[in-house]
Amino acid sequence: MDQSKKKPSTWLRLQYKKWFVLLRRGLTEENPIIVTVLGICSSLAVTNRVENAIFMGLGVTFVIIASSALVSLLRNLIPSKVRMVAYMVIISVFTIVVQMFLQAFVPTVADRLGSYTGLIITNCIVMGRAEAFAIKNPVKYTLIDGLANGLGYMLVLVLIASVREPLAFGQYFGMTIPGFENWIKWNVMALAPGGFFVLGMIAWGFRALMGKYEEDGVQ
Amino acid sequence: MMELIELFLASMLSNNIALIFILGMCSLIAVSTSIKNSVNMGVAVIVVTTLTAMINWPIYELLKATGTTQLSLLVFIIVIAAFVQFLEMFLAKYSPKIYEAFGIFLPLITVNCIVLAVSLFFQTRDYTFAQTTVFALGSSIGWAFAMILLAGVRQKMYRVSNLPKGLRGRAIAFIILGILALAFIGFTGIGRVTFIN
Repeated sequence: MDQSKKKPSTWLRLQYKKWFVLLRRGLTEENPIIVTVLGICSSLAVTNRVENAIFMGLGVTFVIIASSALVSLLRNLIPSKVRMVAYMVIISVFTIVVQMFLQAFVPTVADRLGSYTGLIITNCIVMGRAEAFAIKNPVKYTLIDGLANGLGYMLVLVLIASVREPLAFGQYFGMTIPGFENWIKWNVMALAPGGFFVLGMIAWGFRALMGKYEEDGVQ
Repeated sequence: MMELIELFLASMLSNNIALIFILGMCSLIAVSTSIKNSVNMGVAVIVVTTLTAMINWPIYELLKATGTTQLSLLVFIIVIAAFVQFLEMFLAKYSPKIYEAFGIFLPLITVNCIVLAVSLFFQTRDYTFAQTTVFALGSSIGWAFAMILLAGVRQKMYRVSNLPKGLRGRAIAFIILGILALAFIGFTGIGRVTFIN
């Protein structure tokens, strides 16, 4: 009798909130790496250590959030003809911030990442979020969208690094794993092929789990 | 002279920018669906990368002289964007034929990692002008080479194999790239250029 008047549960209401939808999309359904496979240029090469992956992920997350927020703030002022150049300038400013921050506070990691921090500028995700979302949405949603995409990105990077580091060095987070003292290092895992293989396998696994497939697109 | 040839071979093969440094992946995966597109995109990237590196080198010297090297990123990216825009307008006006073949790839190149990466690498490795030019040429040729190889494998594979659903499209492209990268590791030893990072 009272069934129709009963308030929906908190969980159900949560699922229809816009911020929750955005967050879930970025993390799973539209995960930038797994589903659209964008933006691995600047990061896949440094995922041979979990530490690198975390700092790279944090840097990219910061750049996505900050640049989308600024693009969204300025969205009525940027003429659409020069918007690409405007994104570039905004993104490069925040990338320089990340670079200087890393050099000042974690110089060892900054050394290991090398030029790859500068290449965050050309990371397709940052540009993609600015073009696909920030240019037509208010600031509060772009913040959540940026956070979701950045975290989704970082999650996959850490996952790849968690496979590569133990196999390549017998370590995790720079510490030797108990039982791995006499590990024969797989050099291939520390080099590029390891990154390609692990990413391919992870993308396959997640796509099969989520039932999200892609057409070949080959002509 | 010998040194320059060595650098050229090293940047093309043993330090291939796509397969060893994993750069320029977005456009590499997107365009490698046909050999014809790959060749066109490859030529466009070779031209843009080499010319922007040659423009960026004197600008970086200027930045060094004025002590504002932190700004190099910003300056490089503006130079690249402006150069690509200029090239697009120039081609559209003076040779519509070439524009038709390469025009659609030009905006993609602005956000191609390798154009910026080459400029950043000459900065961290302290190359001279001649070295920078040779390195840019070698790297971009190596990148185009990797993309054409990948396109060839993908086209053949599409015709003859029945892949699991989840592996289709980009996932299998990464596995193929991994195998190609393993092959390119076999070139190690050409040139003495070491891995940065």
